[in-house]
Amino acid sequence: MTQTKNIDRARFLALLRLMHRIRAFEEAAIGAQQAGLVLGAIHPSIGQEAVAAGVCTNLERADLLLSTHRGHGHTLAKGADPLAMMRELFGRAGGTCGGKGGSMHIADFGVGMLGANGVVGANIPIATGAAHGLKLQGSRQIVACIFGDGAINRGPFLEGLNWARAFDLPVLFVCEDNGFSATTRTATMTGGAGAGARAESIGIPALEVDGNDLPELDAAARGAIAEIRAGKGPVLLHAKTYRITGHTAVDPATYRPAEEVAAQRAKCPIARMEALLALAGVEAETLAQLASEAAEEMTAIAAKAEATGWPDAARAFADVQDIGDPRERAF
Amino acid sequence: MAQDSYLNAGRRAVIEEMTRDESIWALGEDLGRGGVFGQYKGLQEIFGAARICDTPISEACIMGAAVGAAMTGTRPIVEMRFSDFALCAVDELVNQAAKARYMFGGQMRVPMVVREPIGIWRSSAAQHSQSLESWYTHIPGLVVVAPATPADNLGLLKSAIRCDDPVVYMEHKNLWALEGEVPEGEHLVDLGRADIARAGDAVTIVTWSAMRHACLRAAETLATQGIEVEVIDLRTLWPWDRDAVLASVRRTGRLLVVHEAVAVSGFGAEIAASVAEALHHDLKAPVRRLGAPRIPIAYAPPLEDRARVSDGAIIDAVQGLVAPRTAA
Repeated sequence: MTQTKNIDRARFLALLRLMHRIRAFEEAAIGAQQAGLVLGAIHPSIGQEAVAAGVCTNLERADLLLSTHRGHGHTLAKGADPLAMMRELFGRAGGTCGGKGGSMHIADFGVGMLGANGVVGANIPIATGAAHGLKLQGSRQIVACIFGDGAINRGPFLEGLNWARAFDLPVLFVCEDNGFSATTRTATMTGGAGAGARAESIGIPALEVDGNDLPELDAAARGAIAEIRAGKGPVLLHAKTYRITGHTAVDPATYRPAEEVAAQRAKCPIARMEALLALAGVEAETLAQLASEAAEEMTAIAAKAEATGWPDAARAFADVQDIGDPRERAF
Repeated sequence: MAQDSYLNAGRRAVIEEMTRDESIWALGEDLGRGGVFGQYKGLQEIFGAARICDTPISEACIMGAAVGAAMTGTRPIVEMRFSDFALCAVDELVNQAAKARYMFGGQMRVPMVVREPIGIWRSSAAQHSQSLESWYTHIPGLVVVAPATPADNLGLLKSAIRCDDPVVYMEHKNLWALEGEVPEGEHLVDLGRADIARAGDAVTIVTWSAMRHACLRAAETLATQGIEVEVIDLRTLWPWDRDAVLASVRRTGRLLVVHEAVAVSGFGAEIAASVAEALHHDLKAPVRRLGAPRIPIAYAPPLEDRARVSDGAIIDAVQGLVAPRTAA
C-alpha cells in the first residue's frame, strides 16, 4: 500500500479530481434514474474509479480503449464529453451515440473510445483485432481493453489473449476485478488462481495491483504501456477493487453483508487518495473543494441533459447499413 | 470471356481486390496452405503472411478481431471454413459487427466480408452441410450474398469486399468445381440485383445458390412439356431484388420458391409472403415453397438425399402450379 509523502502532488490532485468527476457523474446519473430521466439500466463503477484514472490517463489521445457495460469512468477518463455522455444516458439528442446506445453502448471514436459493450468479454476479441489492425498499418498506437473479473470465465478471454500473444499485439488487458460477476461472487465460480495465472499460462506477463491504490496502479499501468509501445506485446494488469453499488443502480445487493460494504467504502480509492494527499501536505479545504466542484459540474450537466430534446424519430432508420438501407425499404 | 471455376473466380476476386487496395487482408485457419478448399491457394506467396493471415482455431476471435480491425481502418475478409463453424462466432457477428455502426450512432462503419461456405456436400453430415442464410437476413445491419455461378462469384465477391457494411458471403461447397464463362476484365455485380437465369411466362421460380442449377435443369425438362418457367437467381438475399420478383410474378401469376435450406422459416417464406401481400389479385395459383424437411442432414447417402430438394420435386411443383384448378 502506498504510504509516502513523496508523491507527485500535481498529478495526483488532477487524478483525484478526475475520480471525483467520475463519481459525481454516476451519482448524478443514479439520481436522474430515480427521477425517471434515465430509462435504461446503468451499472455504476462507484469504488472502482482508480482503474479508470490510472489506466486511461496513461494512454495517449490517439491510443484506443474498449470498455464494458460498467464503463462511464473509463470513457470520461479517456476524454469524452460528460454532457454528451449524460445526454446519451437520458436518450437525448446530442448524446455520444445520438441516443441509440445508452449507458451500455457509449462510444466516442473522436477520443479513441471504441465502445462500451453490453456483452461480457465481447470487447476482448474486438480490442485484439483493433491492435492487429494497428500493427498491420505500422502504427505506434496501442489498445487498452478493460473487462471485469466475470469476463475471464468466457471463451473470448482465452481466444483474445492467445491471439494477442500469437501475433505479439500492442494491447493492454486490464481485469478490473470488483469481486462480483453480476450478483455472484466470482471466486465461487472460478477455478485456479484467476486472471493473472491464466494470462501467464499463455505467455502474457501479468501484474497484480491493488486497484484502489492509485499511485501503485498508475505506476504499473505506465510501465506496462511503455513496454507495449516498445513492441514487447501484450500485458495483463489485474487490478483488485470492490464494487460498492449493486450490479445495477437498482440492485440492492443484499447478497453481501452491510459491514463488508461499509469497510470497503472506507477503503475506496477516493478516500485513500485524499488521505495520501493530506499526508503529502494538501489542505483539507482543497480536497473538499475538488469534491464539491465535481458535484456541481455534474449536477449542472444533468440539468442540461434534461433540458435537451429527444432525437428525431426518423433517426431510428439511419445508420443501419448502406446496402439494403431500411430508408429505401424497411421490409 | 474465359472458362473458370467457381472456386478460382472467388480466388481471383480476392487477388484483384487485395492488389487494388492495401487495406484489405484475409484471416482464417489454414489460409497459408490455401484454405480448406484451396480458395486462397498461392495467395500468401503473393501478399505475404501478414495479409493472408493464418489464425488459431478461434472462430469467435477471428470474427471479433475482424470487427476491431475494421474499426481501425482495415478491410478484413474473414474465412469461416464452413458456415456451421460461424455459429461459434454469432455474438461477434450479430451483436457486434452488425450493431456497432447503429449502436454507436453512425460514428464508424464495419467493412468486413465473412465467407461462410454453405450447403450439402456429399456425406458431410449435420455439422458441415447446413444452409443458414435465412438467419442472417433477419439481422439488421448485415448484407447476405449467395452466388451460384463462377462469374457471379467473381463479381459479387469483389462488390462485397468494396461494401462498407458487414457482408455474409455464402459460397456453396458443391459448386467449387463448377466451370463457367467468366469475364476477363474488371467485373463487378451489384449487390441486391437478381439475375434472370432463364426467361419464361408460365411460372416464376425464385431461387439462389446451388438450387439455381437444379431449377434450370428442371426448366429444361418442363420446356419439353411446353411449360416455360422463368428462373430468377436472387444472388443477394438482403437486400433481395423485390422489384425483379414482383415484375416477373405479375406476368406469370405463379410463384415457386426453391431453396436448399430447411423450408420452415427459410427465406422462401419471406418471398412468398411478400408476393402474396403485394400481388394477391395477380396470382393465378397459391404461392409454393420447396425446401428441405426439418431434419438434420445425415451422413449415409439414402438418408442425406431425403434432405435434398430433387429436380423431380421442382418439376412436380411447377406442374401442380400450372394444372387447371379443380373445385375443392
